[in-house]
Amino acid sequence: MALLEINDLNISFGGIQALAGVDLEVEPEEILTVIGPNGSGKTTLFNCISGVYKPTSGAITFEGESLLGLSPDHVAQRGVARTFQNLRLFMHMTVLDNLMLGRHVMFKKNPAAAFLRLRKEELKHREVVEELIDFLELQAYRSARISDCPYGIQKRAEVGRALALEPRLLMLDEPISGLTAEEKQETAYLITEIKGRFKPAILLVEHDLRIGSALADRMVAIDNGVKIAQGSPEEVQRHPEVIRAYVGDE
Amino acid sequence: MDLIQSYSEELKLIRKPWTKVWVWGLVLAVFLLPTYTTDAVVYIATMVFMLTVGVLGQNLLIGFTGQISFGQAGFLAIGAFTFGHLSMLGVPWALALVAAGVMAGIFGFLVGFPSLRLKGPYLAIATLGFGVAVYQIFANSPVLSGGRMGLTIQKLEEFWFLNMEQTYFYLYFIIAGLFVLLTYNIVSSYMGRAFIAIRDNDIAAEVLGVSLTRYKLLSFAISSFYVGVQGGMLALLLGYLEPNMFTFLTTIDFLVAVIVGGLALVEGSILGAAFVVIIPQLLSEYKEAVPFIYGVAIILVLIFQPLGLAGMWLKMRLYFRHWPFR
Repeated sequence: MALLEINDLNISFGGIQALAGVDLEVEPEEILTVIGPNGSGKTTLFNCISGVYKPTSGAITFEGESLLGLSPDHVAQRGVARTFQNLRLFMHMTVLDNLMLGRHVMFKKNPAAAFLRLRKEELKHREVVEELIDFLELQAYRSARISDCPYGIQKRAEVGRALALEPRLLMLDEPISGLTAEEKQETAYLITEIKGRFKPAILLVEHDLRIGSALADRMVAIDNGVKIAQGSPEEVQRHPEVIRAYVGDE
Repeated sequence: MDLIQSYSEELKLIRKPWTKVWVWGLVLAVFLLPTYTTDAVVYIATMVFMLTVGVLGQNLLIGFTGQISFGQAGFLAIGAFTFGHLSMLGVPWALALVAAGVMAGIFGFLVGFPSLRLKGPYLAIATLGFGVAVYQIFANSPVLSGGRMGLTIQKLEEFWFLNMEQTYFYLYFIIAGLFVLLTYNIVSSYMGRAFIAIRDNDIAAEVLGVSLTRYKLLSFAISSFYVGVQGGMLALLLGYLEPNMFTFLTTIDFLVAVIVGGLALVEGSILGAAFVVIIPQLLSEYKEAVPFIYGVAIILVLIFQPLGLAGMWLKMRLYFRHWPFR
């Protein structure tokens, strides 16, 4: 059974149909890359899954249960984590605290512990976060304020923050945009490592077709809110509709 | 050299030995204040302790959670009159103080609901409406406010060998101390982190599983609890209550204290409370000048020192860390 199933998803903002009848399936432990020109609805798709937008109609099923109508925090509790295209970090917190906030859903939230400074939970989750920091090689930036960190580090910390939720579905919205060529390679490698170590299903939105297709197990192309192609990366890239969407008619 | 050896060490309230020395020194100096100053100074210090409680609460809401509220005078009035009525019924002051906080907390929880929909200035206007409404209700309801005579409240009795001023001083010192510790604990816990996350980026916080509903309401309730307790302390200190103590100007006092003291800094709330108590005392000859000083102070702080007095203090500590500069 598919981990995430989207059936006939529609959302419109006023007169603009941002997504029109999108069907999508994500299998456990696979990397599915979503491609499409600017404004084709990729990020809208993410926002619908994570509960930020309410779809006009359609169904989103995660592990057999519907995600429709759930608020974003409940979607996160189900085991869905995401990053944002334009970083949404907690700029006044340290890198460590950003990752610790990612553990929020895992915390046993006892107000008395907060008021009386009982820190057992805190220490338990700190150990998990420290392992993540090692994994992401963020040690040098652990206690730096995240707004003081370079862009590449911020981007990596945001992936770390999403990973801290121990998600079964990880949605990465353009994780390599804006990075240097070297950092792009590193991040691509990091994504394969995440796949091997944490084994989430990964839904990836990417503009860099070379890296996006190298990482993908399967690929989906969206244009104007409509799914135009689906299959192996090679198939999708050669699909006439995709070529038309990116290059235009001859 | 600052070498941390375990995670629990990093979570301690005071980490470095020298910090421990000067913090305890400072606490001791304040504790012994009645032995080397006049009763007038002791009374001013008592007022600072009292205001510290409410400003801490306001700082949790504005500074940490980022929800601007102009309803503080309303919560203060609810706390004060709850305390007043209970104490007239013969309830012991300690119990009445907790009840004052809880009552204000309940109203804070209710006033928090608009914050789920409104942001920034719109929330400020909604809470402002609450503050003004509470004042009007108390002003126009003799049953609640005790009418033209106001409420007269049994004051504390002199404790042991302490005189009246000293009794209040030590009691309020302890209460303020407890609330300072409580605030440090809250802001360094998962709860404080959720508050800061909502302030910094509410969408990201929500997507990471922080329930905006729960934590915004919690922040409003906790903050109002603090202010309600301060209201009770005010009633106990003055011994009488009338609605005119809780006009919009009281709310402004809170706002000035939080901003001048330092947003999202616990030390800032103490310094800010001291600022709004001491400035009117120093300028008692020129009362008209006080709002002017407040206005100028806010403008100067926002331009030159966004973290307020506490920010100046932090910078000074950072500077002297490398003393003696060899």
